[in-house]
Amino acid sequence: MGAPATPPPVLTARSLVKDFRGFRAVDGVDLDVADGAVHALVGPNGAGKTTLFHLLTGFHRPTAGRIHVGGRDLTGKSPEQVARHGVARSFQTTSLFPQMTPREHLELALQAGTTLGWRFWRSDRALRRFTGRALDLLDQVGLAAHADEPAGALAYGRKRALELALALALDPRVLLLDEPTAGMGTEDLTRTIELIQRIRAGRTVVMVEHNMSVVAALADRVTVLQAGQVLVEGPYAEVRRDPRVISAYLGDAHAAH
Amino acid sequence: MLQQAFNGLVGGAFYALLALGLSVIFGMLRVVNFAHGSFYMLGAFGAYVLLDSLGLNFWVALVTVPLLLGAAGMLVERVFVRRLTRLDPLYGFLFTFGLALILQDAVKHRYGVQSQPYPRPSALSGSLDLGLFDYPAYQVFVLAVSLLTCAATWLILTRTRVGTIVRAATERPELTRALGIDVGRWVAPVFGFGVALAGLAGVLAAPMRAVNPLMGADLIITVFAVVVIGGLGSIFGSVTAGFAIGLITALGDLYVPALSQTLVFVVMAAVLLWRPAGLFGREEAAL
Repeated sequence: MGAPATPPPVLTARSLVKDFRGFRAVDGVDLDVADGAVHALVGPNGAGKTTLFHLLTGFHRPTAGRIHVGGRDLTGKSPEQVARHGVARSFQTTSLFPQMTPREHLELALQAGTTLGWRFWRSDRALRRFTGRALDLLDQVGLAAHADEPAGALAYGRKRALELALALALDPRVLLLDEPTAGMGTEDLTRTIELIQRIRAGRTVVMVEHNMSVVAALADRVTVLQAGQVLVEGPYAEVRRDPRVISAYLGDAHAAH
Repeated sequence: MLQQAFNGLVGGAFYALLALGLSVIFGMLRVVNFAHGSFYMLGAFGAYVLLDSLGLNFWVALVTVPLLLGAAGMLVERVFVRRLTRLDPLYGFLFTFGLALILQDAVKHRYGVQSQPYPRPSALSGSLDLGLFDYPAYQVFVLAVSLLTCAATWLILTRTRVGTIVRAATERPELTRALGIDVGRWVAPVFGFGVALAGLAGVLAAPMRAVNPLMGADLIITVFAVVVIGGLGSIFGSVTAGFAIGLITALGDLYVPALSQTLVFVVMAAVLLWRPAGLFGREEAAL
């Protein structure tokens, strides 16, 4: 494609392959995500988007290919190592600790990068030193008023906001969001788009997203996947007009609008 | 009646310690440790061997045997269980079941099936006047140790940083790792801790119950029922159900002796029909 004057990529994947017992879920994907961009991954179900996410975050080990973030080879690193190298992710299905409050979630995430390490006998009061930062983050995503309610009791949109805050707690260079607006009504949807626009400042966002209006509102570049391969890559305006994309995916989505 | 209720609580003290260990292990590893009863038996034999061949008394055994078994448990996790976690849970069942049989038969081979005598520690040989009745001091001690251990475990899990991490990893292992927390390095210590609890229960059992290779196999079936009733993986549920089942079986002995052995399973069946995830379990915890 080679659009000129794009900043150097912060995240690159080269010839990524993932096989599951003879089924090739990701088949030679190349991905360049520019520093500071919002990059959307779209494609029909089964296109390999979520598998690609799992590869990029260390939850799956690639069968072949390499992954670099900020010039560092993260191929085959464990999820916790990838997280510590500045790549944070949210999950597709709502994933929180139902018994803990939002504040406790963030305190837990904030201590992960510190040297508390093995000193397990340290009282959980050691976590309190993160309270201020935790409340800041909750404020950013509009959850300050719900800091001490059990996460399991939060409304759906608030749970998703807490997931974003959790990912932000790692202060990631690259933020991977797996369908951040899935299952949302219009009100939550608008709020989430605003939120992502705010938190993208100073970082790179890669998101899997089905909702084309969200992609249109947020994404600088779009990669369309189909059957584990990259079908098209480019700016949203170009990609949406590409005949291959229309026939593979966008056509259906537009028809449905 | 009251005396029998107290007996029940003492029996429950063993169920609670064993169920607690099973639950902690299951929560963190998603492995049902079928060898748990064998570790309990090894705890009792450990106390017996220390006394018989080294002359070390009960108090020494009470401290060292759980520590040694805990270390052995960590080794078992590192060398064997870890390799199985990526496979179907069935392999974990098979491995721990096989381990249970091996440990049991190894002890049987060395010491035979007859029960070995183990004296009560002299400091606890008397009885205590508990107001309503006299009760053997040793049984009161067992109850106290069990309650304190359960309470301490609860405090560790809810009031320390590692407790927070273990609870987090129990509920959502993937999310915990995505937060940059190395869950893996806590797995062996947690397995070892659960095994140490079984060893502690074994040492406590030595002066009270027959020390023989089958003592674990006899008990562990009931403990599995206890864990199912309390809710697999629920710490609070396991302990509560442990004491409750102790009471129920003891009172069952008194009123319907013919049924006392089956009563636990009747309760289990009823609980499963009413709340499939157990009294304190959550449906999603089963995933």
